[in-house]
Amino acid sequence: MNVVVCVKQVPDTESAIKVKPDGSDIIKDDLKYVMNPYDEYGIEEALRIKEKFGGVVTILCMGPGRAVETIRTGLAMGADQAVQLDDPAFEGGDAFATAKALAEALKGIEYGLIFCGKQAIDDDLSQVGASLAELLKLPQVSLIQKLEIADDKKSATVHRQVEGGIEILKVSLPAVLTTQKGLNEPRYASLPGIMKAKKKPLDVKNLAALGLSSDSVGCAGSKALITKYTPPPPRAAGKIIEGEGPQETVPKLVKLLREEAKMI
Amino acid sequence: MANSVWVFAEVKDGKIKKVTFEMLSEGKKMAEKLGGDLSALLLGQNVGSLAEQLGHYGADKVYLAEHEALKDYTTDAYSKVIAELIKANEPSIVLYGATVLGKDLSPRVAARVEAGLATDCTGIGLDDSGKLTATRPMFAGKAYADISFSDSKPNMASIRPNALPVSPPDESKKAEVIKVDVNINPDDIRTTIQEFIKTAGERPDLTEAGVIVSGGRGMKGPENFKMLEELADVLGATVGASRAAVDAGWRNVSDQVGQTGKVVSPNLYIACGISGAIQHLAGMSTSKYIVAINKDPEAPIFQKADYGIVDDLFKVLPVLTEELKKLKAEG
Repeated sequence: MNVVVCVKQVPDTESAIKVKPDGSDIIKDDLKYVMNPYDEYGIEEALRIKEKFGGVVTILCMGPGRAVETIRTGLAMGADQAVQLDDPAFEGGDAFATAKALAEALKGIEYGLIFCGKQAIDDDLSQVGASLAELLKLPQVSLIQKLEIADDKKSATVHRQVEGGIEILKVSLPAVLTTQKGLNEPRYASLPGIMKAKKKPLDVKNLAALGLSSDSVGCAGSKALITKYTPPPPRAAGKIIEGEGPQETVPKLVKLLREEAKMI
Repeated sequence: MANSVWVFAEVKDGKIKKVTFEMLSEGKKMAEKLGGDLSALLLGQNVGSLAEQLGHYGADKVYLAEHEALKDYTTDAYSKVIAELIKANEPSIVLYGATVLGKDLSPRVAARVEAGLATDCTGIGLDDSGKLTATRPMFAGKAYADISFSDSKPNMASIRPNALPVSPPDESKKAEVIKVDVNINPDDIRTTIQEFIKTAGERPDLTEAGVIVSGGRGMKGPENFKMLEELADVLGATVGASRAAVDAGWRNVSDQVGQTGKVVSPNLYIACGISGAIQHLAGMSTSKYIVAINKDPEAPIFQKADYGIVDDLFKVLPVLTEELKKLKAEG
């Protein structure tokens, strides 16, 4: 079964995010970029499907030049080929504009399943998977933690994490599934894998190659746009509760929670 | 109808979720400014009796869609009903809770009706021309973004639970109930729910909890989380965990708070044995009050905490649980 994994390059979770003084953007100079952690689960799951059923694993990634590193990581893990959507016109788009370009790029690719991370940890939108499913007229299941594909490959049973429990459902294929921590343990790229990745096909497509107009993607094609970035509201410095051991500090804490914070 | 504000009413176990009332309270103010009405969308099976409560919280109208295919949530059935209602009635603004369900449903509907959507907003308002504006955290709260929308309608936002205040209900207010004809064929629904395995007790989900008691590496092992469970029982809290505790296998993935787990906004967050890695702090720093218990006075968590106790948590927790029990007994 052929599987497509949508991948995004994002700042590492350890990164401190600073906003430019004029609020026009975040400061990107010192950021270290990695593959969106939720997308790693998609690549690992795709590789397991390939190992079981055969097929081709394709990485689809929208991102500027630097995103090649993330794509190579996925190829080094074992994906077979990649398509990168790289054009200044794609930048600054909302999830729907991004999904439009991804859907267009998928037109020449054969697939039985598409994975997207449940959200990208930079913009935290949690929208691209569902938007892509809608544009492709496919069913979607979000937040999957377990996947079993039926022998006839026409359906799959998935476990998804919802409030208060695990929902088990059957979904017809092809489908878009969004991946969540707990699905698997993503493998590390091996040294031979890293060597092989350099020779795997990487097709870089710009706007013209997709055949889309510039006003349908990126900033121009978006209906919800960021107008300003701000740092998080500051928290006032807190109190360290002084005292000899819990017998003294705990009653003081309880008093503060009750009388000052009015929380209990 | 032009200028109307819609709120998707989320029902769980026969009850309307609190975030719905938060949205109705804010939605009412927006509808008044726009000179339009406030409507709630109520979908399910045998849920009609809940319409009354939506009226108390300010809904002028309730679109009631009842059908056996709507008994349990499926993306296909719910998005079909809501997208058709939007196309027929053309509201200006549609709001959803940024819950597991809301975050599955809202982008699907938005893509179908080609609407702009801002996810997990902590604030919403109207600009001078009466168009929706939103503020939302990005990078799990390391930065915030102001969002504006295009001129096409509707504009949509999903709202983080506990972020907006609830106005007191007015039991004299009554909503007009509009019954919706539901046309769903079995073929429309491409997912079938086979089973639901309950993993949590009666405690609310972390993303909606009012109080969270959370443990990290300093808990030293899975067995010690029992102490947190006991404290949580007294407080009516939900138990969370840091990435370190989850990666060590001590707690379930669904308990993880932080940038690669859940972003939470409780009224009270009690961090026990959590040093406060940047990715954890990002996920909980919008809590109204933060208490940190950690024996390392240099732990970064103390820079975010309103109240800190520098001590061994294994000595502090039993005393804290006892004190709170006493307080509870006193009423």
